[in-house]
Amino acid sequence: MDFDRRGFLKVAGLTVLGLSVKPGWQVFSKEEPAEPSPGAETLARKRWGMGIYFRKCWKEEGCRDCIDACHRIHNVPDMGTLKEEIKWIWKAPYEKVFPEHEFEVTEEDYQQKPVMLLCNQCDNPPCIKYCPTRATWRREDGIVMMDFHLCIGCRYCMAGCPYGSRSFNWRDPRPFIKKVNLDFPTRTRGVVEKCNFCVERLAQGLIPACVEACKEKALVFGDLKDPKSEIREALKFKTLYQRMPELGTKPKIYYIL
Amino acid sequence: MYDGKKIIPGLVLFLGLVTYPVWHNMASGKMNYVPKPKLPADKKECVEPKEVIRINHKTLLEDWRNSVVRKAGKTYVAYNKKKYTMSLNRTCMNCHKDKTEFCDQCHNYAGVTNKCWDCHIYPKQLEGKQS
Repeated sequence: MDFDRRGFLKVAGLTVLGLSVKPGWQVFSKEEPAEPSPGAETLARKRWGMGIYFRKCWKEEGCRDCIDACHRIHNVPDMGTLKEEIKWIWKAPYEKVFPEHEFEVTEEDYQQKPVMLLCNQCDNPPCIKYCPTRATWRREDGIVMMDFHLCIGCRYCMAGCPYGSRSFNWRDPRPFIKKVNLDFPTRTRGVVEKCNFCVERLAQGLIPACVEACKEKALVFGDLKDPKSEIREALKFKTLYQRMPELGTKPKIYYIL
Repeated sequence: MYDGKKIIPGLVLFLGLVTYPVWHNMASGKMNYVPKPKLPADKKECVEPKEVIRINHKTLLEDWRNSVVRKAGKTYVAYNKKKYTMSLNRTCMNCHKDKTEFCDQCHNYAGVTNKCWDCHIYPKQLEGKQS
């Protein structure tokens, strides 16, 4: 048979072409769409937010119903010392929270009034940018979540958070929990934690524990995207404060005068 | 062989010492030990068939974890179209109440450690410790 170099190259070329049809077809025919997380769309329809009435909150002095309720259901330990303190919701004097509101005519006792503080669930959270393991991220409905499984305890997020909303477990917190709530895990040593806006309760259709615990109804919670929601009604035509709005984090905790 | 009288008994002694754990386990009957995880008496089925669970329970738990924590999906559709809540405590540990009688049986045998219980609490763990 006459089979010269030219003929060989032709056959070889055609063979290679033929072999590449199937993989090529597979590459170009299947455009695999990114798998959307099941709840993403439903979640994105909402944007949770909270309003805190100063005056209602100040009615009863030394009240810590919201703190106790939150820390009880989330197994937040009472470490005893300030350095190791773990806090999801806590209070600080007005002058420390809003130093820019200080004028020479402001009453002194007003400056000492407690202000409830918690994670601001920012729209543009600085903490999530620093997390090297993506253990913290912003959910579609705006809740800044923590995945304790992935947290390596580097504390970059704590450095990133301008509100001091994150706490670090320097020690095994379990012995410091007075009564463990079985429905929520505790944390372990070397993990950062913070307020999660009660995602586990929202999933069951309940409002956050702190809002529920407040006798004076000083805390309002709701969907900011729904113009008829309780929170939008509460925020309407009111003087509102946010913590450090100038940083551009877009916090979703509103303080209502 | 030079010093054969020393080397050969030395080798025998060495081999004997090295294989001592094997002899010891053979003599004490541990060779035939098979882990016996205690199955719940009143429940007949798991979320997946036994064979699947036996091999894939780790990936299943990891999938559940990712789904619940990261995707807010909480319902698991089992092989028989039954629906389960994805929860270690409320689903798994609801049947396998005591991890020392179930999880630990194989994990200890295989020398596997996991950190689930550093944070998660199984109901029996607290019994007697809390009022």
